[in-house]
Amino acid sequence: MSIMKRIGLIFRSKANKALDRAEDPRETLDYSYQKQLELLQKVRRGVADVATSRKRVELQMTQLEQQGGKLHGQAQKALAAGREDLAREALTRRSGLDGEIEQLQSQHAQLQGEEEKLTLASQRLQAKVEAFRTRKETIKATYTAAEAQTKIGEAFSGISEEMSDVGMAVQRAEDKTASMQARAGAIDELVASGALDDVSQQPNSDIERELAALSAGSDVDAELAAMKQQLGTGEERQAIGGGADDPSEPATDSSTEKREG
Amino acid sequence: MIIRIMGEGQYELPDSASDALNELDARVESAVEGRDADAFGAALGELLAAVRERGAVVPDDALVDSDLVLPPADATVDEVAALLGDEGLIPG
Repeated sequence: MSIMKRIGLIFRSKANKALDRAEDPRETLDYSYQKQLELLQKVRRGVADVATSRKRVELQMTQLEQQGGKLHGQAQKALAAGREDLAREALTRRSGLDGEIEQLQSQHAQLQGEEEKLTLASQRLQAKVEAFRTRKETIKATYTAAEAQTKIGEAFSGISEEMSDVGMAVQRAEDKTASMQARAGAIDELVASGALDDVSQQPNSDIERELAALSAGSDVDAELAAMKQQLGTGEERQAIGGGADDPSEPATDSSTEKREG
Repeated sequence: MIIRIMGEGQYELPDSASDALNELDARVESAVEGRDADAFGAALGELLAAVRERGAVVPDDALVDSDLVLPPADATVDEVAALLGDEGLIPG
């Protein structure tokens, strides 16, 4: 049987099951209406949750972009001061950030899509719930319990299907958002840990740097070459700015060696 | 006939559209059976596009059952297979 028919049947059997629970059929109307309002609340909460996740991703993108700009500036300073090793470290970290930012951008687009879909779903459901309420009141006012049965069946059509659909849409959005939130949490931790901070405040580990350089590779080399060119040749440069870098720099053996090299 | 695209809403189509839709539907079905994600994505995309193009949107406040129901545009082949295999996936 075709996919369209099979899924249609699955929906219908759900709707019938909901209807079968009826004792006084008119009570089913109120019960169902209650469920509809609950679902409407749930969809609205879903929209709010997705919006919160989207805003969190926006904040993270801003943070990482600022950090990337800072690392770029540090690389220039370091290079001007003849510390190519530190410049390389900064650029290597920045190239890692670019990857993160790209992933955040794609998450942001997905979350925006989910938010729009759920917003429309909640509008549709609200219109249907309103239509159902009107019919429900008519049925309760006009028909006896015995007469009401078929009318109720008609009133249920459409609304149970919509509820199943919206219920699944909220579930899907929640699942998607949950996996993104785990990732967002990892980025928050990364930012909080200081791993992305000031290069000059980090102890210099040769191994760590070399490993990172292997992955970041040629991009960094190209950028270093470009920066060297910008700085020009033969000009004797002092440490630029005399900013916060020098005093706070840990005077470890390795960094002293690097200075001479 | 009324066709629902899950997560998107309902469309009303003339019965004359059935043949074209059934053809596309058969392609979606065989892609699901073969768990072929690429073929599935392409066939489902065409099927949904055909429904949107030939159908008129059913008003939000209309309470009508659908004759046919289609998976959402971003459904994966595994999701659809699971949906068909397990009715319990649809919340009451």
